[in-house]
Amino acid sequence: MIGKLFTIALSAILVENFIFSQFLGICPFMGVSKKPNTALGMGFAVTFVMTLASAATWAVNQYLLVPLKLEYMQTVAFILVIAALVQLVEMFLQKSVPALYQALGIYLPLITTNCAVLGVALLNIQKGYSFLESVVYGFTGGLGFLLAIVLFSFVRERIDHCDCPKAFRGFPIALIAAGLVALAFMGFSGMSIG
Amino acid sequence: MEGILYAVLVLGVMGLVFGLVLAVASRIFAVKTDERLEPLVEALPGANCGGCGFSGCSAYAQAVLDGKAKVGLCAAGGDAATQQMAKVLGIEAETAQRQVALVKCSGYDAKVKGYYDGLQDCLAATKVAGRGPLVCKYGCLGFGTCLSACKFDAIHIENGRAKVDPEKCTGCMACAKVCPRNVIVPVPYSADIVVACNSKSKGPATLRGCDVGCVGCSKCEQVCSYDAIHVEGNLAMIDYDKCVSCGLCADACPRHLISDSNLRHDMDLVAPR
Repeated sequence: MIGKLFTIALSAILVENFIFSQFLGICPFMGVSKKPNTALGMGFAVTFVMTLASAATWAVNQYLLVPLKLEYMQTVAFILVIAALVQLVEMFLQKSVPALYQALGIYLPLITTNCAVLGVALLNIQKGYSFLESVVYGFTGGLGFLLAIVLFSFVRERIDHCDCPKAFRGFPIALIAAGLVALAFMGFSGMSIG
Repeated sequence: MEGILYAVLVLGVMGLVFGLVLAVASRIFAVKTDERLEPLVEALPGANCGGCGFSGCSAYAQAVLDGKAKVGLCAAGGDAATQQMAKVLGIEAETAQRQVALVKCSGYDAKVKGYYDGLQDCLAATKVAGRGPLVCKYGCLGFGTCLSACKFDAIHIENGRAKVDPEKCTGCMACAKVCPRNVIVPVPYSADIVVACNSKSKGPATLRGCDVGCVGCSKCEQVCSYDAIHVEGNLAMIDYDKCVSCGLCADACPRHLISDSNLRHDMDLVAPR
């Protein structure tokens, strides 16, 4: 049991990293990776929401969609669940943990449309994970996102100071750099775990 | 047919339930915000430049409401923002004089002691042995770290030194905060007389580094009838509360360093001849 959870965790963080090998959540990854501290904020917010969303969508799927044979509505239903969940969490945080609400700031509502969150919900079902496994996959998938975005924010800080050809400045060179980092992560895909 | 009906029903009910839950939650978790906050934020320019010392416009507005900050700290919004904020709060605001940034260096021919080929960034350049490529320890290095800090496109590198466009500058001083040489200072927008040097080295040391640097000869101090210019730490400094822009000091300066025209408009006047 523990062994399987460990396998899920390790593969979600490194081997099947959401950004670098599944290419999910690229929009916030490119958008908020300019500075390490904002990247860190985004990473934590995504981890938080992915964990909660995994739990909520697993329950909705298991107790609502499967009994009614409505599995084909997963995508729409999950978006609904995630959007409502994020709104609820935002309100709850604003009232109860204002410090955390301040820290996550604008990133929390932005995550509603982060496809890594929807991705983790759908993958949980596809892979036939149990409730616990789903939550672990969601949490570690978020950690993988955190790792990727923070690592890449350091790369981008260095790029900003480089003397690169004019045509490549800004986003083009950031995309190329992201590709190179993704290549480095490809090294993990040779590992067999478990 | 039945399948579609189920799908529509289930999603419809789900949407309804979530909507209701959120509506109830928004009541339960309602946070009281001051109703003046919104117009206060609207009064600010929304540039989030951080010139007021807070993390953004709304943070500043909140601080004003909390009594932690005064109105009139917003340099970017200037007088208009101050007046508008005062109106929202129902108080009288003092009109603040508009401040702009000034790069206190005119060493276009400043002597170079070595060839620097590292990161094109001022902070990086000051970290290498010898503290940067210039002989002068105080002058602008011209790698343009301040350029990327400016949100208003108001600072540019001209002839190898940074120069502020006073029309675009809002006085937020974000450039000054990132400058490792502390060569950027605030001056009143209306200031006609400026000392365009930052060198606190003794005369001979300044002479070794630059053809135009202030050597602290005090001639400006002697001719000033308003007690407005003083040499402190080998560098002439102008007190703008007293300066009347008569230009006597500019005429007296043997280094042609003090400008009697608006230096920021026409830098050429102080370029070494």
